[in-house]
Amino acid sequence: MIVEKDETIPVRTSEDVVRVRREVRERAVALGFGLVDQTKLVTAASEIARNTLDYGGGGELRIECLRDGNRRGLRLSFSDRGPGIPDIERAMTDGYTTGGGLGLGLSGAKRLSSDFAIRSSPGQGTVVILARWK
Amino acid sequence: MDQIPILMVGDCLLVSIQVDMHDQLALALQDSLMTKIVETGARGVMLDISSLQFVDSFIGRLLNNIASMARVLDAATVVVGMQPAVAITLVELGLTLSGIRTALNVDKGLALIRRIIDGEEQAFDRREG
Ligand SMILES: Nc1ncnc2c1ncn2[C@@H]1O[C@H](COP(=O)(O)OP(=O)(O)O)[C@@H](O)[C@H]1O
Ligand SMILES: [Mg+2]
Repeated sequence: MIVEKDETIPVRTSEDVVRVRREVRERAVALGFGLVDQTKLVTAASEIARNTLDYGGGGELRIECLRDGNRRGLRLSFSDRGPGIPDIERAMTDGYTTGGGLGLGLSGAKRLSSDFAIRSSPGQGTVVILARWK
Repeated sequence: MDQIPILMVGDCLLVSIQVDMHDQLALALQDSLMTKIVETGARGVMLDISSLQFVDSFIGRLLNNIASMARVLDAATVVVGMQPAVAITLVELGLTLSGIRTALNVDKGLALIRRIIDGEEQAFDRREG
């Protein structure tokens, strides 16, 4: 697998979350993703970006354009140095929220992605990596 | 842009969401819509989201909140023009807009609001005899 393009952008304000959506859309269009795939990826990115800001206290997003043989994909890595998630399994459950949300961000973003991984330790922060292949 | 315009068409408020709203802007829209309903006595709210390229759980919750708050203020809410790709994505995200009436376009949305309002008035007349 080759990383063809690699860029890091901040996720520190709610305007940054808007920018995340725009950048992810642009990359997905450039890779030739169809409209439904674009929308799924942008929506997943929006959910995780908001978590990075609201729960992680801000962080950053690394966007990588991938090539694996003939397949093209986008990998999004969100990281923060916030409080971390004590019980990841619970946080991944539909409807679980500590912030008065709908509790669909993590679980929904996983459903909208081809690959999904989350790493978190209390006091250390959280990393969420998701990818979608065309 | 720091505010989404709200238009009055007859006794309905019409909002066309043309930009990608950051969260505070979306919440400000909810607040100013509620204020406008009270000020104008509007009976309907139409949210045109045909230009909106995504609906995540925050925007979904906002749409649900607007509909239920408007209901308390005696106004019917209809969401119009959701793009098919957005609707497909919503299902996979796990979001149901259960409390929300939808229509294909603005014309059909206005007709639906009319029917909802008229239906409620008839029911009221029957009750009051
Ligand atoms: N980056 C993060 N840092 C700390 N906690 C997080 C982070 N992301 C998610 N969480 C926790 O996981 C829960 C579920 O997140 P999510 O599924 O997006 O639902 P919601 O955002 O509606 O609460 C959050 O309420 C929060 O407690
Ligand atoms: Mg969330």
